Amino acid sequence: MSVSNESKVTIALSVNGEPAEVAFMPHKTLLEVLREDMGLTGTKHGCELGECGTCTVLLDGTPVLSCLVLGLACAGHAVRTVEGMAQGGNLHPLQETFADLGAAQCGYCTPAFLLAAEALLEANPHPTRAEIKDALAGNLCRCTGYIKIYEAVELAAARMRGEKAEPTRESLYGR
Amino acid sequence: MAGKRRTVGRSDSRTEKRLPSDSQTVRLSDHRVIGRAHRKIDATAKVTGATKFADDLAFPRMLYCKLLRSTQPHARITSIDTTAAQRLDGVQAVLTGRDLPIPFGILPVSQDEHALCLDKVRFIGDPVAAVAATSEETATAALDLIKVIYEPLKSFDSAEEAIAHPEPRIHDYGDSGNLHKLINLEFGDVEVGIGEADLVREDLFFFEGNTHLPMEQHAAVAMWSPPPDGKLTLWTSTQTPHYVHRALAKVLELPAARVRVIATPNGGGFGGKSDPFNHEIAVARLAMITGRPVKITLTREEVFYCHRGRHPTLMWVRTGVKRDGAITGMHFRSLLDGGAYGSYGVASTYYTGALQTVTYNVPRYHFQGARAFTNKAPCGPKRGHGTPQPRFALEVHLDKIAEQLAIDPAELRLKTLVPPNSLTANYLRVGSMGLGTCIAKVVDGSDWKRKFRKLPQGRGVGLACSSYISGAGLPIYWNNMPHSGVQLKCDRGGGVTVFCGSTEIGQGSDSILAYIVAEVLGIDPFDIAVVTADTDLTPVDLGSYSSRVTLMSGNAALQAAERARQILAIHTAKKLQVPVERLTFAEGRVFDAEDQKHGISFAEAVQLAEAAQGTIGTVGSYTPPPSAAKYRGAGVGPSPAYSYSACVAEVEVDPETGIVRVPTIWIAHDVGRSINSASVIGQVEGSIYMGLGEALMEEMAYRGDLKVVHKIPSLLEYKSPTTLEMCDVITYLVEDPDPNGPFGAKEVGQGPLLPVMPAVANAVYDAVGVRVDEVPITPEKVLKALRGKAKGEEGRVGPKSFPDISWPEPTRVPTPWEGGDGKAVERVHA
Repeated sequence: MSVSNESKVTIALSVNGEPAEVAFMPHKTLLEVLREDMGLTGTKHGCELGECGTCTVLLDGTPVLSCLVLGLACAGHAVRTVEGMAQGGNLHPLQETFADLGAAQCGYCTPAFLLAAEALLEANPHPTRAEIKDALAGNLCRCTGYIKIYEAVELAAARMRGEKAEPTRESLYGR
Repeated sequence: MAGKRRTVGRSDSRTEKRLPSDSQTVRLSDHRVIGRAHRKIDATAKVTGATKFADDLAFPRMLYCKLLRSTQPHARITSIDTTAAQRLDGVQAVLTGRDLPIPFGILPVSQDEHALCLDKVRFIGDPVAAVAATSEETATAALDLIKVIYEPLKSFDSAEEAIAHPEPRIHDYGDSGNLHKLINLEFGDVEVGIGEADLVREDLFFFEGNTHLPMEQHAAVAMWSPPPDGKLTLWTSTQTPHYVHRALAKVLELPAARVRVIATPNGGGFGGKSDPFNHEIAVARLAMITGRPVKITLTREEVFYCHRGRHPTLMWVRTGVKRDGAITGMHFRSLLDGGAYGSYGVASTYYTGALQTVTYNVPRYHFQGARAFTNKAPCGPKRGHGTPQPRFALEVHLDKIAEQLAIDPAELRLKTLVPPNSLTANYLRVGSMGLGTCIAKVVDGSDWKRKFRKLPQGRGVGLACSSYISGAGLPIYWNNMPHSGVQLKCDRGGGVTVFCGSTEIGQGSDSILAYIVAEVLGIDPFDIAVVTADTDLTPVDLGSYSSRVTLMSGNAALQAAERARQILAIHTAKKLQVPVERLTFAEGRVFDAEDQKHGISFAEAVQLAEAAQGTIGTVGSYTPPPSAAKYRGAGVGPSPAYSYSACVAEVEVDPETGIVRVPTIWIAHDVGRSINSASVIGQVEGSIYMGLGEALMEEMAYRGDLKVVHKIPSLLEYKSPTTLEMCDVITYLVEDPDPNGPFGAKEVGQGPLLPVMPAVANAVYDAVGVRVDEVPITPEKVLKALRGKAKGEEGRVGPKSFPDISWPEPTRVPTPWEGGDGKAVERVHA
């Protein structure tokens, strides 16, 4: 007796700007395909039920919960994961500010926050604090209390707009 | 340039404080690393997704493990039939309790767990069988084929129930019936103290259980190398690889030398990954049987069953005070619902009575604590371990006392502060004590005096304070070895490698090692490689719990670095022909402090030393100072140093819905000395966040019928704050260096959580005049209190009684001011 006699399917898609082909069991989610069949373990999971936002990736530029998207549904689409953020040996401005401010503590939810924030800044280069909170409301973080994440997004946004911005003294040293 | 970005923001211009270290070799005029804001050394790996968490590991021919969990809260296992599961294609092995009969547990006094239940189950979620198969799907399918027949037993869903029913016993050990532990400690005669009071107040409080909810689900991978190696390797998301190492050796009957535990970076811990776990032992045995790597990753539902979170705790407190607020005596009782196993519970119970004395002067103190077994997921240590519950009770109780005495609650506290460098009634040695400064900062920053009792109806402010240990003064298992060890290797290329058993759980402990060594040796933290949490490679550090790591591994690293510096200094001094005392280590160079150009590079200094005396390596270790407390039960509470926090919360309460919104929290924390200021701020903000969740919404709730089913084992229904609920946080760092901390550092990871719950509760009272003497303060409780008040009732929601418990005779310990020596007085037998 065996559990399943499915066989693998192969799809073509774009992953982090490069064309890719991947074969996987057809019931697999995008999360599983990325982690198990493509070795892209930068995408994490916290529930695999669509509740925590930890598995967020960008599908054609839009944040999706990769645990709720079938791998098969991504044929012909563009997926962006945290592995695609740093370019040419340089960190993305969001990665720089997350690192500088300590917006990544344990780092487990970080890839998801980075991608959700990247999508926000793509659509809105000048977000208010309230807009940042709204955009990130579907992502849980248990370490930071979110505050360093907001500050990192604001700082990166300013730098991506070409402003010379530095962290405030209060955010790094308190008052 | 990347190198420039490592110290973040503007440099710190605070004035230099004298080093509290008694070191002879560190004579820095200015700290180049310590106290500034840095990137963590693992920040790049964390933001690029490169960090390998346990579930990110995969090996060729790896098998997947799933656990079959009990569907009964309390039952005897009549039979388990695994035949059909074993026949399923792809199933490589099936285990039941008989395959792993040796018990284990984190505390030597409660070795009451089995990897798989032997003959009875004690909660819904208790594992009874384990399967290893070629895919997770196959392993899951195999679970459905295992037939377990249970004979149900009466189950208990609260500590009161467990007290009322000594039979059937959940465990066949413990102080009586279903009471696991009973404690009765008296320091001085409390009734005499209370007799001297102008006001005596009694209150009851309840703190519901809640859980850690780390975003990473626990995962572990085991690998077996067959004889003659006979060696097991386990990668696991644990905060305590050393204790997992001991448990594996015991249960698997392997020599400890043939067990290697590697703690992978934890995707959040908060205390929830501090026990050795059944799933770790199960995959280890499965790897030994199958000869293949075996991985388990718990589902989110299973993480709720692992639990080890905050104990639901009922508390009664009676305090006598003088008109000016001076406490004359305090009597505190706690009743903890421990869930199905011991875990850290004995320590948790002691902690509910230990730290009441380190903030305000309590000249006479009586503590009675009890822990019950119930048929729920086991409770254990969560951030603040056993102290948030009594701190909630004490700080709300004081708020009520202040009101009765017509004294401002901030003033009341300031009048009764424990002095620095003093001994408490229960023989805890307080060193540096910055609580007064903390209170002043938040009172000033929040505009307290203009807000308290003066804001419009529906808005209010509340104040609370707290303290926490910087590491437990005593180890979990009795031994007289160091609590933390470091080995340090200097490479002739100028790099330095630090080896330490400490475990990175996101708090930044790896980076702390690098900053301290970088400071002493005058090199860049990024020139330091850090190897941690690997029982084959690193000297023992007891683990990431009790806020011990910065102080203990930091002191070990400081000692190792100072010893290396001494070796390098001797040979460099000879070469430069200057006295050793004149050498400075800074900017990657070793030079004459009086002629800065006269010097050599750090790498050259290593080369000189290596040529002269061979490979350059040093060790450092740390053992806490001996405790002044010598009575039985004094193992919990002593610490090398205590952190202090003061907090003001501002709330808005909607009288129509009972919803409490918290716009802002002001928090001041006495961290002794920041090592990395950015990390300290991050720990404070994260603590406030977690405290806010506990104050308003987080609860491990069970269906209260005989099934004792967890109501909400999912992230959706276990409410935790999102960006939309999180408050603004205004943080003040107070630096009152403690001589026992490295560079004066004390803890920050847990203490700032503690005052949040009582500050919010006190603010709700200020806003709408009702007392919710329970955590979490949910809208329905606020509404109930408001409706009660409208009907002319007392306007309070909270427990109404504390059950009768047959306490043992008290252990009587004369206080220091009664001439006590920290020992209990012998009982006089009639």
